[in-house]
Amino acid sequence: MDTAATPHSNYLTDGYGIKSWLLTKDHKRIGLLYLISVSAFFVLGAVFAGLIRLELLTPAGDLVESDTYNKIFTMHGVIMVFFFLIPAIPSILGNFLVPLMIGAKDLAFPRINLLSWYVYTIGGLFTLWALVNGGVDTGWTFYTPYSSAFSNSNVALVVVGIFINGFSSILTGLNFIVTIHKMRAPGMTWFRLPLFIWAHYATALIMVLGTPVIAITLVMVGAERLLHLGIFDPKLGGDPVLFQHLFWFYSHPAVYIMILPAMGVMSELVAAFSRKRIFGYEVVAFSSLAIAVVGFLVWGHHMFVSSQSVYAAMAFSLLSFLVAIPSAIKVFNWSATLYKGSISFEAPMIYVFGFIGLFLIGGLTGLFLAAVAVDVHVTDTYFVVAHFHYIMVGGTIMMYLGGLHFWWPKIFGKMYHQGMARVSAVVIFIGFNLTFFPQFIVGYLGMPRRYHSYPPEFQLWNVLSSAGAAILAVGYAMPTFYLIYSLVKGERAPANPWGAKGLEWETTSPPPTHNFDTTPVVTEPAYNYVK
Amino acid sequence: MPQTQILPTQASTMAPQVDALYFFLVALTAFFTLLISAFVVYAAIKYRRRSPDEVGKAIHGNLKLEITWTVIPLVIVLFIFGWSARLFFTMARPPAQTLDIYAVGKQWMWKFQHPDGHAEVNELHVPVGTSVRLTMTSQDVIHDVYIPDFRVKADVLPGQYTHLWFRATKPGRYHLFCAEYCGTNHSGMGGWVFVMERADYQKWLAGSAGQGTMAQAGERLFKDLSCITCHREDTTGRGPTLVGLYGRAVNLDNGGSVEADEVYLRESIVNPRAKLVSGFQPIMPTFQGLVSEEGLLQLIEYIKSLKALPSNATGAPAAPVQAPAGPGKK
Amino acid sequence: MSGAHPTPHPRLQHHFDSLEQQFEASALGMWLFLVTEILFFGGLFMAYMIYRLTYPEAFAEASHELDVVLGGINTAVLISSSLTMAMAVWSAQLGRRTGQLLFLGLTIGLGLVFLGIKAVEYGHKFEHGLVPGPNFRFESARDPVHSQLFFSLYFIMTGLHAVHMIVGIGLMAVLFVLAFKGRFTRAYHTPVEVSGLYWHFVDIVWIFLFPLLYLIDRHGTVGH
Repeated sequence: MDTAATPHSNYLTDGYGIKSWLLTKDHKRIGLLYLISVSAFFVLGAVFAGLIRLELLTPAGDLVESDTYNKIFTMHGVIMVFFFLIPAIPSILGNFLVPLMIGAKDLAFPRINLLSWYVYTIGGLFTLWALVNGGVDTGWTFYTPYSSAFSNSNVALVVVGIFINGFSSILTGLNFIVTIHKMRAPGMTWFRLPLFIWAHYATALIMVLGTPVIAITLVMVGAERLLHLGIFDPKLGGDPVLFQHLFWFYSHPAVYIMILPAMGVMSELVAAFSRKRIFGYEVVAFSSLAIAVVGFLVWGHHMFVSSQSVYAAMAFSLLSFLVAIPSAIKVFNWSATLYKGSISFEAPMIYVFGFIGLFLIGGLTGLFLAAVAVDVHVTDTYFVVAHFHYIMVGGTIMMYLGGLHFWWPKIFGKMYHQGMARVSAVVIFIGFNLTFFPQFIVGYLGMPRRYHSYPPEFQLWNVLSSAGAAILAVGYAMPTFYLIYSLVKGERAPANPWGAKGLEWETTSPPPTHNFDTTPVVTEPAYNYVK
Repeated sequence: MPQTQILPTQASTMAPQVDALYFFLVALTAFFTLLISAFVVYAAIKYRRRSPDEVGKAIHGNLKLEITWTVIPLVIVLFIFGWSARLFFTMARPPAQTLDIYAVGKQWMWKFQHPDGHAEVNELHVPVGTSVRLTMTSQDVIHDVYIPDFRVKADVLPGQYTHLWFRATKPGRYHLFCAEYCGTNHSGMGGWVFVMERADYQKWLAGSAGQGTMAQAGERLFKDLSCITCHREDTTGRGPTLVGLYGRAVNLDNGGSVEADEVYLRESIVNPRAKLVSGFQPIMPTFQGLVSEEGLLQLIEYIKSLKALPSNATGAPAAPVQAPAGPGKK
Repeated sequence: MSGAHPTPHPRLQHHFDSLEQQFEASALGMWLFLVTEILFFGGLFMAYMIYRLTYPEAFAEASHELDVVLGGINTAVLISSSLTMAMAVWSAQLGRRTGQLLFLGLTIGLGLVFLGIKAVEYGHKFEHGLVPGPNFRFESARDPVHSQLFFSLYFIMTGLHAVHMIVGIGLMAVLFVLAFKGRFTRAYHTPVEVSGLYWHFVDIVWIFLFPLLYLIDRHGTVGH
């Protein structure tokens, strides 16, 4: 049941002027505030990526100075990890959709939601200040004692920026957990929830449990740097490897913060564009939780060569293999959903196909890294760089874009040009593979990461990678144009343009401020596609 | 002109073993990627929507299938784990007999010390077919020794000793990279490992080494820094004797005991109060800042050379046994 | 909808269906926040544990430089403040304005006493050169390098705790003002309950800090 007429009043028209946006308590408007900030940071991070690939066209470090290059890759990592990948899907799509999908009027704590956006922006401003002030050159991993005692760059400023930004993650996670527990509509039992919600619940658990650990770790680095409290300095009795344990205890689960929401989007898109419930719904739901839990137990696989004991390495290796299983199960279940489905090929579904291929390669190359004997050779090389870009760009960004294309009509009430959208998805897929596949090869050959200059025999692979990056850039630029164009000239979107199931499709496009005219009462399972 | 390769050279005993596991993983990845992609393409075509209102078939799931595709991947990953674990144990346990070479990394260069006294900067000469063990430390930040063609890598830490071992199988020249980001010239902090035929290596050893073995240099430091005042060959000194100390268990004043390895020896010199030997007073001053990392390694080599001799009839202190030196020394 | 709606309670926010749902959400939110605080302090406790296990004598020696009497008094002060806080919550639940003001005031007072004693302790450390950095001196220490590590952790851990105390006192002050205005009744007193949880948590952190920092190897000996 959808409303044929376009509403005159919706959350976009409910209040004009900058104050009504900057002081909004509406989760949908906050999602859009995030869309603007996160997109801005993505562009900045992408510019840095472009500079990296430009420099690496030639073996000699001839585009920029070494220090400058080191700052470029550091800022690329810091911005992309903390200011794009972690917030993108949860804070934009999650904020917008979680209340709608469970039939609530808003998140549990709307003012804390707004606060989380301010905290994100302020953290971002500190980081930009550090950038303008000369940048940071420690790598996004801030290893001590380089970061705490040796670097001559703006470590403290960036550390403060990331610390503040971490609270955005914590507050968002907290909000999601309470909302999902306490504000589901009547009849919306746990096992009728969309898998997007399960995924965001699992993500929120990690946000809440993991982020404080990196917060305190950064406090310690800052204290060491500013007050000479030598927690990690061997000359003061400290252990620099302790930093690595504390850092990765968060930063490994952080990568699950990045991928779980994408998996949530994946479930929604597969269901919608095969018009079928997800095969093995409960298994997929529990896999999300399993990934969140086991994800906290594997951090040592980032440290196989940093002087860990053999037994620690064995334990982390085994657990790292085990954490791959739930992800594999999800891929099988999504694929099985296609069987006897009714499949259509709008842009979001093109992103789905891309995700399956790229996540398979990214995930399976994780096995190479879990195998300690191989990891010894490939850790700190471009092999690892390729692996994580396959998951984060090939996985998360594909689903971020897929989700954006799926829910765009709901969010803005406008349709975009379907043909261009499909073409962009394909361009992105091609550009992505050309950029990152050669990096597996050059990594196994031995090219270390974070290298400003490299031996000439690695050049072919670097040139291929940089060429791919140019294509990828075009692919990312295209949606910017046709999506913005749709806001101005796009066709008005009906309440349910895709014929999908889900509470968000049972309200108008765009929704009214209070989401539903009457509180929905849920009587059917999720994805209940029946003729 | 260096050739572009697709796979790195296999120049050590580990390399083919690591590559075998790697190729298996590549095949596994290719297999599953193609299998699932093929299924997806097939399903996309076969089940494409044929009318606007069409919906898919309501299939809940299949427990047997779930179990199958949980157990099979589990078995596969456990297999990979087992294979990798066996291989890793070999990597982590050097053979009993090794040629020990010391490495000190600092921003942004490598210094290698051979026990016979040869010192190299950014280059390492080793004989083919000999197990070589590198003992490494950093003077400043964390670095990493990576020799891709040997498939070995280990971080190099300040205030600690870390190790790696390899046995080269092909003479030639191989890249050595720093593989832990360490600041401005991280990408320039590399060098070459020269693997030489035995005869050529002997010739190289015979070349200029200058001031004697590391142990001899260590002995000079031992005297210059007055260590000898308290640490005598017998037990009459104010400090414990160092003869036969290396590798032995040491009883500490807190009731515990520790093995006198390189890390313990280094710590005892730069922070003597961290561990007190039972029965001795805490009067040893710290030598932090007074000895370089190379000097510390030389002292350690000297201490290693102080093996207890069988009972000495004259009662006079016996000369410490020298570490085996290469030909043409002194 | 049928019939007339009763006027919703002024404090019921529009996206909740009932005050009860709103309270449960707030309480769950605060518990989750406290879990994040456990993880936050947890990183420091981890570092402490690892270093103490590696250098037990250095840590014991450094710990003996702390004033166990002042630390003990502070522990009693904080535990008492948790009692007064619980009484404040009880008064809020009963809608008793006088009780709320009395007990919130006492809690604030005790919190300030805690901070005052802490300031005195910090002053002592400064005078005796026990602040890590270039001016650190600890002549009698057998292992000054690792004793300095103890003091680094001491200052970060107690400093972070003190920051949380300051925030807590700030919260109490706000509650005091709201209580003065009669905001808290039997029907609605969520902020007091939820702030009470926070206050108790800060107290519990201290209850872990005190023995770990002040009482290493002190069996049989009191004072210094």
